[in-house]
Amino acid sequence: MNLTLKIWRQSGPTSDGAMHTYQLADVSPDMSFLEMLDVLNEQLNEKGEEPIAFDSDCREGICGQCGLMINGDAHGPEVTTTCQLHMRSFTDGETITIEPWRSDAFPVLRDLVVDRGAFDRIIQAGGFVSVNTGSAPEAHSVPVPKDDADRAFNVATCIGCGACVAACPNGSASLFMGAKVTHLGLLPQGQPERDERVVNMVAQHDHEGFGGCTNIGACTAACPKEIPLDVISQLNKDLRTAIKHGH
Amino acid sequence: MDMPDTTTAADPSHSGILDGDYDDAADYYNPGEPLVDTKAPDGPVADRWQNRKFEARLVNPANRRKLSIIIVGTGLAGASAAATLGEAGYNVKSFCYQDSPRRAHSIAAQGGINAAKNYKEDGDSVHRLFYDTVKGGDYRSRESNVYRLAEVSTNIIDQCVAQGVPFAREYGGLLDNRSFGGVQVSRTFYARGQTGQQLLIGAYQALERQIAAGTVSMFTRHEMLELITIEGKARGIIARDMVTGEIQTHLADVVVLASGGYGNVFYLSTNAMGCNVTAAWRAHRKGAYMANPCYTQIHPTCIPVSGSHQSKLTLMSESLRNDGRIWVPKNQADCEKDPREIAEEDRDYYLERIYPSFGNLVPRDIASRAAKNVCDEGRGVGPEVEGVRRGVYLDFGDAIERLGRDAVANKYGNLFDMYARITGEDPYAVPMRIYPAVHYVMGGLWVDYDLQSTIPGLFVTGEANFSDHGANRLGASALMQGLADGYFVLPHTIRDYLADGPFETIAEDHPAVVEARTSVEERIQHFLTVSGTRSVDSYHRELGNIMWEYCGMERSEDGLKKAIDLIRTLRDDFYRNVKVLGSAESLNQSLEKAGRVADFIELGELMCIDALNRRESCGGHFRAESQTEDGEALRHDDEFAYVSAWEWTGLDERPVLHKEDLTYTAIEMKQRSYK
Ligand SMILES: Cc1cc2nc3c(=O)[nH]c(=O)nc-3n(C[C@H](O)[C@H](O)[C@H](O)COP(=O)(O)OP(=O)(O)OC[C@H]3O[C@@H](n4cnc5c(N)ncnc54)[C@H](O)[C@@H]3O)c2cc1C
Ligand code: SF4
Ligand code: FES
Repeated sequence: MNLTLKIWRQSGPTSDGAMHTYQLADVSPDMSFLEMLDVLNEQLNEKGEEPIAFDSDCREGICGQCGLMINGDAHGPEVTTTCQLHMRSFTDGETITIEPWRSDAFPVLRDLVVDRGAFDRIIQAGGFVSVNTGSAPEAHSVPVPKDDADRAFNVATCIGCGACVAACPNGSASLFMGAKVTHLGLLPQGQPERDERVVNMVAQHDHEGFGGCTNIGACTAACPKEIPLDVISQLNKDLRTAIKHGH
Repeated sequence: MDMPDTTTAADPSHSGILDGDYDDAADYYNPGEPLVDTKAPDGPVADRWQNRKFEARLVNPANRRKLSIIIVGTGLAGASAAATLGEAGYNVKSFCYQDSPRRAHSIAAQGGINAAKNYKEDGDSVHRLFYDTVKGGDYRSRESNVYRLAEVSTNIIDQCVAQGVPFAREYGGLLDNRSFGGVQVSRTFYARGQTGQQLLIGAYQALERQIAAGTVSMFTRHEMLELITIEGKARGIIARDMVTGEIQTHLADVVVLASGGYGNVFYLSTNAMGCNVTAAWRAHRKGAYMANPCYTQIHPTCIPVSGSHQSKLTLMSESLRNDGRIWVPKNQADCEKDPREIAEEDRDYYLERIYPSFGNLVPRDIASRAAKNVCDEGRGVGPEVEGVRRGVYLDFGDAIERLGRDAVANKYGNLFDMYARITGEDPYAVPMRIYPAVHYVMGGLWVDYDLQSTIPGLFVTGEANFSDHGANRLGASALMQGLADGYFVLPHTIRDYLADGPFETIAEDHPAVVEARTSVEERIQHFLTVSGTRSVDSYHRELGNIMWEYCGMERSEDGLKKAIDLIRTLRDDFYRNVKVLGSAESLNQSLEKAGRVADFIELGELMCIDALNRRESCGGHFRAESQTEDGEALRHDDEFAYVSAWEWTGLDERPVLHKEDLTYTAIEMKQRSYK
């Protein structure tokens, strides 16, 4: 395959960026999207041009480190992560536009790399169970209905990639936050701190500059782990309950 | 691939014949004093940990805040330690190279975590888990450490459940277990195929809680590039802020490395792109011994390489071998054919043929080596990459016929989907192709029973140390070890060291600090000013090819010696001809890789020397000179029941080998057999 690539380049957090156009020939359909960029980078290096910076680590769709806007879609055309996207999803002669996540809360650091530290700070605000090492009771002392455990697992699969934010016209992180609140809220271990958790996480979310949710659903459509939209209803429900409890 | 052809390096006049004992590695190292683990208490193995915990001195809670700890790594081993030591009130600084601690490579572990809970009442116990681990490691691990691992395994599950880790459960609401990796009891706890992710998120959340509490300061996108030692003790690190390029000095009373494994020395592996040996290697160069570096685990069921662009390999769960049948064509001429058109009688189900009693379920190393052998014979399948087809069929045709498509989909659906996404082929219709890939390293920095390295004040946990898995690791035991080390072992042993505090304050202009910092700056400047012609990746790939060919699953004296020569030549060329663009003062991924590859090259040489010294087939690796008459692995307990701990003596100097003898008081050594 031969491709035209339009890629965002920006030399640092405070510099202006611009789209650059590159031609890439002989792309194999079996390459992953990021391997295609590796090949381009090898060629740029050869020519004496600095390679394009982009994030990835596991390249298995689980660490959440990768993430690109591909032709305007977070993680591209398939329901998967950027690293698990393969070139067979594109056609010979195609022009592909590649940009970083776009969100005020995720500033660009260089080229396609952004800072998602805001997600960690949301977790710091309450996305945990307070249990010091060594103080846990025997694991079987609290049975958990299988159905609850399975549902908790399903939403705990969020990889913290940020695609939901990038896809959202409001730049909201409600899906990410809803996934955590729902995960811990379904388990007995998550109950004691349930009210505080949601209140503090939402406050941090707003403080970071993420937008509000207006139920558009673009987040869930972009989510590589298919986190369902109803985690946001759960988030709102938990928030209302907490407020009712006087938080 | 172009490999420089050199045949120098070792001096042929040293024939290496010593008193009738032939040591083919003697030209490459110097023998050193034996090493003994001074911290493991004597007495019955079951009492040792309790005794050590009691003997380890306590630190007054009021003094803890004044004691500082650096922890490099936020995988299971690092995040758990940082959270626990933060909770205890110490002043902790935590580092990772990713943009969030939650992305450490532990996240990718699929299968599960072992623990001796005996919830199934199937005869499991601490002693049995201990026994299975020592046996699985082919009697090359340290008895006292393994026993402790089995002992604390049960606490891990309690802790994780309390954190909200959503393990798989049964209808009654209790935890489900499965049997994993060929053991006969069900002791593996799991969260679908994403156990590592769920455990790491638990540890990550505990860590974030401590960050919020102010006990832990987190440094993401920071790479440790040097260890600071003062008067022989570890006192800090030099790190580079990977966004601004700033070189920073971080001082502390004690340093913990939880920096993961170095499987990426092979270039292609199932490890994440950034996994590296730099933190461990820099410590090695400062005096920490490296133990058993050649012990590598190669996993038989990975998706094969599809072309020279390949950047990493993807593991598929070993459970596939329960129902899939492995085969290659009997005739080379059939290798290009559509497998569905190859008649039954023209297929060679080689594992079933050679190992009739275990068949497709032989251990990982045997399955891996057999696959390599049939491909080397020219009977591999799939695309030809650099002239060879490296793949064998894993065929579910019979299983689909026997159980029905739905039943197969129920069991393996997510793996089949993953395979289809990566290869573009439908495994329900066409047999899957698999090939072995490097997956895990048992080798790592030498540590004593306290997990302290040979540098006082430097502790090492998780995959970065060597201690628990001997020459091979059981499935689902790496996660167990990472969390055992971080939650339950290190927090006790480190306090004995910290009880000597308060420690002398070190100034940033201390000559040893300045020296460490300058060396880092000079190295970076060197990479950026070579202005050669070859990319960092091209060197990494070439190193990987050498390692895979000569220091992979089968090693021989000739091959290893050749590899050492090739690596030395590659190293010279790298320093003269590498091309790294960009600046030191910004995010520069080529520069990051250059440092890692430079360290991999040095490590690769030591791995080959270690492999050369170990003239026995043992655990995950096969030494051509040590096999039985019918070609099976032959271990030599009389000569090699020791840990090889290597001391760095300088570039182009011979490393010094210190042996730690392994003795077993609670277990008897046995040779394994799978025929
Ligand atoms: C695909 C796959 C599947 C697996 N499945 C299983 C399984 O089912 N069960 C099982 O028990 N084991 C499994 N393993 C093995 C297991 O996952 C690992 O051995 C284990 O998670 C390692 O944990 P760790 O904490 O030691 O290191 P890691 O999780 O690798 O963490 C290393 C940390 O160190 C940091 N770091 C490294 N170098 C530097 C540096 N120079 N400066 C700063 N920070 C640095 C990284 O940022 C990271 O935070 C699997 C491994 C792979 C590859
Ligand atoms: S909710 Fe989905 S899109 Fe958002 S961070 Fe989690 S995995 Fe990514
Ligand atoms: S690189 Fe880990 S999810 Fe894509």
